[in-house]
Amino acid sequence: MIARLVGEAIFAATRFLVGGHPRWRGVEPDLTQRIYFANHASHLDTILLWAALPGALRRTTHPVAAHDYWGTGALKRFVAIDVLNAVLVERSGSRDPLAPMREVLERGESLIIFPEGTRRNEATPGRFKPGLYHLARDFPQAQLVPVYLTNLARAYPKGALIPAPITSVVNFGPPVELMAGEDKDAFLARAQGAVAALAEGESA
Amino acid sequence: MSLSLSPTMITLFGGVLALLLVASLVGFVLSRRVTSEGGRLTIDNLNARIKAWWLMIAIFAVAFTFGKMVTIVLFALTSFYCLREFLSLTPTRPEDHRAVAAAFYLFIPLQYWLIAVEWQTLFAILIPVWAFLLLPLLSVMKGETEDFLPRTARIQWALMLTVFCISHAPALLILDIPGFEENFLLLFFLITVVQLSDVLQYVFGKLFGRHKVAPRVSPAKTWEGLIGGGLSASAVGAALFWITPFSPLEAAGMALTIVLAGFVGGLVLSAVKRSLKAKDWGTMIEGHGGALDRMDSVSFAAPVFFHLTNYFFAI
Repeated sequence: MIARLVGEAIFAATRFLVGGHPRWRGVEPDLTQRIYFANHASHLDTILLWAALPGALRRTTHPVAAHDYWGTGALKRFVAIDVLNAVLVERSGSRDPLAPMREVLERGESLIIFPEGTRRNEATPGRFKPGLYHLARDFPQAQLVPVYLTNLARAYPKGALIPAPITSVVNFGPPVELMAGEDKDAFLARAQGAVAALAEGESA
Repeated sequence: MSLSLSPTMITLFGGVLALLLVASLVGFVLSRRVTSEGGRLTIDNLNARIKAWWLMIAIFAVAFTFGKMVTIVLFALTSFYCLREFLSLTPTRPEDHRAVAAAFYLFIPLQYWLIAVEWQTLFAILIPVWAFLLLPLLSVMKGETEDFLPRTARIQWALMLTVFCISHAPALLILDIPGFEENFLLLFFLITVVQLSDVLQYVFGKLFGRHKVAPRVSPAKTWEGLIGGGLSASAVGAALFWITPFSPLEAAGMALTIVLAGFVGGLVLSAVKRSLKAKDWGTMIEGHGGALDRMDSVSFAAPVFFHLTNYFFAI
């Protein structure tokens, strides 16, 4: 109950500042199991992408959030886990960072991941880390949906204290598939290209 | 909070409501009778505009009823949305974040606060002088020189247009005009003439438009529309002289000036929009683009009207 109210308040504030209007281009919102993968520019990305999904999809879609940011402090932890339904992963350390993601996918639920691994102050997505490839190989039934968030590097760049009101559009693109025998680097480059393609014709 | 709706104001709002009712009715009838594809688009556009006016008139009714402070806050919000639209389409860089944040969080509140406390001298220079000097300082500290001049210029332009210019509309409320008490009527005069001019130019253009004013910038603007719409809006302005401190002739001149300034505003912002490869400024109001699509004429007309009134009529 409290989580829902806090969630609505956070979404309202986020929309007021940075918009987050969803645009489905070549793909429709659907309950099938999916891995949404997006470019990463700000801490608002997670909130914005999740809020752009229809309510019914949010219940079974879990953003993957870095433990070293979202796991620190009771409030951020509460927002990440209780409001956003997130799974926290360790970016460094001995534990397999993909393990919590596999648990979600094994339950048949969906994920939101940021394969660049870290926030970048650039309009175009950078090199993807291999996690997306491993998940795609091990969970072939999950649809891989590229997502491009506009403007967020300008609205809330790394190191900024507060977000500036510049509106972002959440672009969902047609799913990408891991092809038989496709090697890791080729697949990752193609997936990165699918996100970059959504940036075409968008101000970033 | 004191309610400040005078008998004159109630009469005027009654008139506007009647006009809008007629317009809505006409729009409804036309939408039933239109058959051609092009006609359908025109009528849809017209009905969308009529819907936007209902919203606008509702907002103004609230503002005028609750007085100066609420009006100032509503215009501050309008500036906020317009600035957000402008900067969302304008390519700045992450390094400009501080300048952009200052524009929103410092200069919007400050500019409108100066109206609230009636500090007219600082109001007139806050953005052209202080923001002009401070914003590039905030950007330059990040050390990124790529596109520095265009980036800085874009933020300056955005702030001048959406905050400085638009704030001159509510600033009409603080002008001290001998023998004239109800400054809300000046604001009413400005908005009415600007909006009527916009729509009448559109209607005259649709009916008689042959010769385009600036085909590359704004294909919808025609000489026939400008002259027909502009003159009729000026005539309505002249007929409204009794709510202003102006004589009928002065009111006609003021209205004509507002019409011309508003036309230039629409033209210039259309060119800006095109240079950014966008069709509309945003998607805030269904079918109308963004807030700035409706405020483009006001942003040019408000400062001109404010300064002419201030120079010739205020003390």
